[in-house]
Amino acid sequence: MSIDLKTIKHISKLSRISVDEQKAEKLAEDLSSIFEFIEKLNQLNTDKVEPLTSVAETSLKFRSDEVKSKNIREQIIKNSPEDNKDFFVVPKVVE
Amino acid sequence: MSKNKSEYLIERTNNIYEVVIGLEVHAQVTSNSKLFSSSSTKFGAEPNTQVSLVDAAFPGMLPVINEFCVKQAIKTGIGLRAKINKRSVFDRKNYFYADLPQGYQISQFKYPIVGEGTVILDMPDGQKEIGIERLHLEQDAGKSIHDMDPQNTLVDLNRSGVALMEIVSKPDLRTPEEVSTYIKKLRSIMRYLGTCDGNMQEGSLRADVNVSVRLKDSKELGTRCEIKNVNSIKFMQMAIDYEANRQVDLIEDGKIIDQETRLFDTKKNETRSMRSKEDAHDYRYFPDPDLLPLEVSDEFINELKSTIPELPDDKKKRFIEEFKLSAYEATILVSDIEISKYFEEVISKMGKNQDIKLAVNWITGELFAVLNNKNLEITESPISAENLAKLVNLIKNGTISGKIAKTIFELMIDGDRDPQKIVEEKGLKQESDPKALEALIDKIINDNREKAIEYKQGKEKLFGFFVGQAMKASGGKANPQLINEILKKKL
Amino acid sequence: MSEITNQSLTSLAQNIKDKKLSSEEVTKAFIERSEKSKELNTYISEDFSNAIDKAKKFDQNPNLNLKLPGIPIAVKDLFCTQNVRTTAGSKILENFIPTYESTVTQNIWDEGAILLGKLNCDEFAMGSSNETSFYGNVQNPIDKGLVPGGSSGGSAAALSGKLTPITIGTDTGGSIRQPASFTGTVGLKPTYGSCSRYGIVAFASSLDQAGPMAQNVKDCALLQEVISTYDKKDSTSIDFKRNEYSKELTKDIKGKKIGIPKEYRVDGMPKEIEELWQKGIQYVKDCGAEIIDISLPNTSYALPTYYIVAPAEASSNLARYDGVKYGFRAKGENLIDMYEKTRSEGFGAEVQRRIMIGTYVLSSGYYDAYYLKAQKVRKLIKNDFDEAYKKVDAILTPSTPSSAFKIGEKKDDPVSMYLNDIFTVPVNLAGLPAISIPAGHDASGYPLGLQIIGKAFKEQEILNIAYAMEDKINFKNNITDWWIK
Repeated sequence: MSIDLKTIKHISKLSRISVDEQKAEKLAEDLSSIFEFIEKLNQLNTDKVEPLTSVAETSLKFRSDEVKSKNIREQIIKNSPEDNKDFFVVPKVVE
Repeated sequence: MSKNKSEYLIERTNNIYEVVIGLEVHAQVTSNSKLFSSSSTKFGAEPNTQVSLVDAAFPGMLPVINEFCVKQAIKTGIGLRAKINKRSVFDRKNYFYADLPQGYQISQFKYPIVGEGTVILDMPDGQKEIGIERLHLEQDAGKSIHDMDPQNTLVDLNRSGVALMEIVSKPDLRTPEEVSTYIKKLRSIMRYLGTCDGNMQEGSLRADVNVSVRLKDSKELGTRCEIKNVNSIKFMQMAIDYEANRQVDLIEDGKIIDQETRLFDTKKNETRSMRSKEDAHDYRYFPDPDLLPLEVSDEFINELKSTIPELPDDKKKRFIEEFKLSAYEATILVSDIEISKYFEEVISKMGKNQDIKLAVNWITGELFAVLNNKNLEITESPISAENLAKLVNLIKNGTISGKIAKTIFELMIDGDRDPQKIVEEKGLKQESDPKALEALIDKIINDNREKAIEYKQGKEKLFGFFVGQAMKASGGKANPQLINEILKKKL
Repeated sequence: MSEITNQSLTSLAQNIKDKKLSSEEVTKAFIERSEKSKELNTYISEDFSNAIDKAKKFDQNPNLNLKLPGIPIAVKDLFCTQNVRTTAGSKILENFIPTYESTVTQNIWDEGAILLGKLNCDEFAMGSSNETSFYGNVQNPIDKGLVPGGSSGGSAAALSGKLTPITIGTDTGGSIRQPASFTGTVGLKPTYGSCSRYGIVAFASSLDQAGPMAQNVKDCALLQEVISTYDKKDSTSIDFKRNEYSKELTKDIKGKKIGIPKEYRVDGMPKEIEELWQKGIQYVKDCGAEIIDISLPNTSYALPTYYIVAPAEASSNLARYDGVKYGFRAKGENLIDMYEKTRSEGFGAEVQRRIMIGTYVLSSGYYDAYYLKAQKVRKLIKNDFDEAYKKVDAILTPSTPSSAFKIGEKKDDPVSMYLNDIFTVPVNLAGLPAISIPAGHDASGYPLGLQIIGKAFKEQEILNIAYAMEDKINFKNNITDWWIK
């Protein structure tokens, strides 16, 4: 299967990664060859097969409803790129 | 606009339109800690002080589910008479936004924890059943603050990861009134269950409103628009009204309605398209590989069932049967769990020989008026159930008249005073001694002999005059019933 | 006593316990050799001076009952380490300093080990040659210009170059076993759920598993014993009875049934790999085990399945790197512009490629055709193993279809790079444990590995088989220290 430039533009938008023309062309080429390889799966009939989402042979374990995490604002904000001691900061958003 | 009171139709020159409404209510689960992390959910904390490494999506951080939130969702499902799914799956809903630190929201998309159910609305013209499509658990996002800094948007993640129940109705609602009643009923059920405090000011309850219109008597659904995140019943009603009319105008102009997400601007009282959500529609849901399917046993569900309190619909039925209340009175008294508790406490404190009707009148009349004026919840009532019960009993056993009772009630408000003591202190006890009243009435008849003669000649209206005179002479304390009896005898 | 850095973990630990060596001496020896080995480019971040301080502190009051008493260890830079920069081999985390520790590394420190530094790896563990790292290629100590494999390439190179006595890696599709095979070392990928994923930078959550890498099977068993714990902080961690792998280690594998899957005989596989496999079969026979031919019919579908599942999960796992909370941020005119530039400049080409693949296979209209299909095939692959394990105790295969290749050789051909993981990927899809042990050399003298795949939770079984084989193979790595001037 070949992946065209329009598709590359669409998925780059969804994945929030900007691509210029040159990069888009390279990606289209790479992804086309990868999907050609992936298409092999179509040889298999899986109509009656249940999908497997996890191999962990256990059930979801519960946590009790206790507040254990304290105020660690300083730690949380410390690594953020903008200098603000109370908030995370992003360019102005217009809703 | 509409002919029948219970109908909500939009009329144009040649066409009449019906409005079809479905709600996606987001109810914050009452819990101490978040859905997948152990941070506090308390409202009103300093920004970013209730944020764990998990909530802020640090590398390598993993979600671990809060059992209590699961229980709360199941209890709510039971309250909605819904099917509880023993196996549900958490998916990731992928999109980028400033207040969504993981880049995805953990939510139940394909397999929700609760399936179909119903909510019964008590409308003025009878009951109406609204279908529930599903209830699922999901994480709340953080908060973007746009107005604190002129250049930037600031992000507070305190809410990030708080458990929400999304309750999706079927498109069964037709009028803004039904929407209001539906929201109130949902809130009431959740408050009975203790699963959501229903506080709309704090954002514990908010809704996305799906609105579409169609020609009256049409069976097909029109294109719907989703009005995001409306946080008051009044705004919901206004938004529906605006949006329905907007859609009708488009149809009338021969234009197409775009299926889109819109925002209700409370200042301009209009809905508008949300630009920021435009290209984020492909959410790429898939099962969250950090979590396993959520499996609960019959035992687990049954144990929760056994903890479910009497819910509004059952309570209403019981009130009607047990206390002989009218459907209207019962509806009011069960609408909020705290009101029903207050009412039942009054009844129990009244003891034997109780006058329930009188108690209902005092609660829904005088007491509600006071609460309304002072903007208080029933839990903050200035008069305790015990003292109100005493007051009602004082009327019932003839110690005071209804009129005096109102005076005493006013005095009780200040400091929740015991009405018995007020009666004693102020000497407000009703005069019920027949001899004293006879003397008093004799004097009145003597002073108004001409009127007494007119009465005897057939001018029966004058009876009221004598009653009034007697009450006046007694300073309002005379037992009205006795006065009546004596007057009839003497005149 | 032989040179410190040539000693195995077991011998170093014994020497420290016997007070023949101090932690400081050992730590300094590895640091000194690491300093002389910059050309291998194994370290992304060094923590040498802290390591010496910690070693001195250990020596002042040594707890000799610990399993890793004062042993210096460098770890893959995918494990978050408190107050030590953690990059995942990416520019996007260039300045990220965690305030927390991964469970696996914490387990190591709790047994007395000391952090030397953070080892190079493919960016977000996406690669099979360590060439996708933002911090440059790693040289395989075996020969100049040779890749060490990946994604735990820095770990494998540091181990075989004797810059660390043992190390830990992560394995999503072969990232421990393939580099172990390329560098003549031992690498174990445990059963999914054996080692906690808490604090490990996620690549593909349903496949990722941390595991030990060592110079020999015994060291590997000891390290597995330390790192494998049930962890409530990871919902996919499994609470099963863990063995004391090093204590219970035995070479007695008499009567064990070893399966040989015919589907692993792939087209174009070098003759020497086939020969190595045959030798391996002979070794286990010599140990008294029984050889049984088996079939894993869906093996050839494993790689395509993996290249749907892993990128899908990665596309979502890597959404958190958006320039808001931590890491690199590019300037943008608005929020979306900032996101797009940050992720375009912050991620390397391979990571971007995989995010795109993952986004595509999950996107509306393609989910069923790709993602759901892959989950179904994954089920078939797991069924193959379940079926095989009714007849055998373990399965023996080559670890890789070739020996280490030259740096740059496969860089521009993603599919041929992906084919490297053909023998390792099915194991991750099925969540099974597997170990790669060095078993011979090719014509160029480059090491080749054999893989033993076990039943879920039966790490002890494959460690025992590896232990018995190790004895027969008697492998020697030909490392000339060519990079030390």
